[in-house]
Amino acid sequence: MSRSAILKSSLAKKYWMSATGLFLCVFLLGHLAGNLQLFMEGAAGEYQFNQYAKFMTTNPAVKLLSYLTYASILFHAIDGLLLTIQNKKARPVNYAVFKASANSTWASRNMGVLGTVLLAFIVTHMTNFWAVMHWGEMPMQTVDPEGKLLEEPLKNLHMVVMNFFNPAENSLALLATVLYVLSMVAIGFHLSHGFHSAFQSLGLRTGKYGKLIMVAGKVFAIVVPALFAIIPLYLYFIQA
Amino acid sequence: MNLTLKVWRQNGANDKGRLESYQVKDISPDMSFLEMMDVLNDQIIVEGKDPVAFDHDCREGICGSCSMFINGEAHGPGRGITTCQLHMRTFNDGDTIYIEPWRAAAFPVIKDLVTDRSAFDRIIQAGGYVSVNTSGNTQDANALPIPKDDADKAFDAATCIGCGACVATCKNSSAMLFVSAKVSQLALLPQGDPERTTRALHMVEQMDKEGFGNCTNTGACEVECPKEISLENIARLNREYLRASVNPDK
Ligand code: HEM
Ligand code: SF4
Ligand code: FES
Repeated sequence: MSRSAILKSSLAKKYWMSATGLFLCVFLLGHLAGNLQLFMEGAAGEYQFNQYAKFMTTNPAVKLLSYLTYASILFHAIDGLLLTIQNKKARPVNYAVFKASANSTWASRNMGVLGTVLLAFIVTHMTNFWAVMHWGEMPMQTVDPEGKLLEEPLKNLHMVVMNFFNPAENSLALLATVLYVLSMVAIGFHLSHGFHSAFQSLGLRTGKYGKLIMVAGKVFAIVVPALFAIIPLYLYFIQA
Repeated sequence: MNLTLKVWRQNGANDKGRLESYQVKDISPDMSFLEMMDVLNDQIIVEGKDPVAFDHDCREGICGSCSMFINGEAHGPGRGITTCQLHMRTFNDGDTIYIEPWRAAAFPVIKDLVTDRSAFDRIIQAGGYVSVNTSGNTQDANALPIPKDDADKAFDAATCIGCGACVATCKNSSAMLFVSAKVSQLALLPQGDPERTTRALHMVEQMDKEGFGNCTNTGACEVECPKEISLENIARLNREYLRASVNPDK
């Protein structure tokens, strides 16, 4: 493939879309595993979560992965935008009647809209937690669960998260919880098409594995966003 | 049956075009959609006006000419059929039917419902062939053993009639189903193997040049295709192109 074709050809754009999209699916699994630790209760849970947060911001291997993630999101969003614009241009005059619901799913036709919602969510989400953890003023955890003084105090991300979804601490906690859950619904729809579409773009959704990928995609698109969404709901209701 | 038709009228590529209303009466439910269009045109001609231009040829579902976007679907509401195979019994007395041309930048309107689909021809010319010597000493095809499964898949792909319904129905006006069928019918057979790499590269390059959109795997094409060409072919084209891109010299 000539160097320009790597970016320009319609199929190459889809390979990139697919590769970055699937990488982001793997990222979601990792992120989910981290978030689920918020279900651990008491001082032990807090300590565990803060140690995990520290590991995630300092470990060099994780650093590398995080840069790959930022790049993937950026590339995925730009490539997706290009695809959407080009595809609009490919039909300059619209049909008076277009019965798309007869032959395709709503999600498959609205990946650009869903993606834009996700981008807005990612930016807000990173402002709320990631930016605070990196540059903001953080409460510190100074003692471990047994009450021993820590040699090096830990940034208390656990407290930031708990407070964020606590109506007594954050007047927008209810709104934040609702928007978070809605964003997870958007991810669910994005993945209900995106997961199997990514395999199709690589030519892998075929033969006997084709059906398996369709089923796996449905399961992934429901289970992963649902688990993400339960966490803020849980944090809100135990504190409300 | 009495029907109201909203037909796209456009006098040449530079005209803006508009939907015009017509009434047709006493349409038999056993007529094909094209026969109903003939009745409409007779009526228009008697009034001394310009009949609706539309493409048609075989009227038996094999030539792919009869491009009409009917009530929001390519070739109308039926599955696995062309417009000439659509019967009026599909509709009800008193219905309003919208009839539009294929709409895509790559298929410009020539007049009314007739579009220029020569973009497909140029894609075929870019690589959708096998360069064999036909000077009289051609090998008998039956002398080449081909697995039944491959032969069946190649045959299924080869049933594509180049109608363009896949492009018309795709929200992106993508030609992937057509191109993938044309690549598959040759890639699956030993005769097509020597030119496999250049074929995939050149046909996709031409497809992009013609201004078709990018496939986003909505799957609408497979549903609306009169020959029910499978999305498996698009998966195969994605593999063929990836393989050819990684190793263009093979
Ligand atoms: C965690 C976040 C995200 C994940 C896991 C994800 C995953 C995916 C996957 C797997 C695909 C299918 C790729 C293919 O069809 O080959 C896809 C498609 C798409 N994504 Fe995302 N995505 C995410 C965020 C975004 C964002 C932020 C945007 C844009 C602003 C976006 C825009 C799109 C668009 C437009 C498509 C359709 C492209 C196509 O079907 O050709 N996505 N996404
Ligand atoms: S793939 Fe189907 S819809 Fe597309 S041109 Fe061929 S026969 Fe027509
Ligand atoms: S007129 Fe030939 S397929 Fe309809």
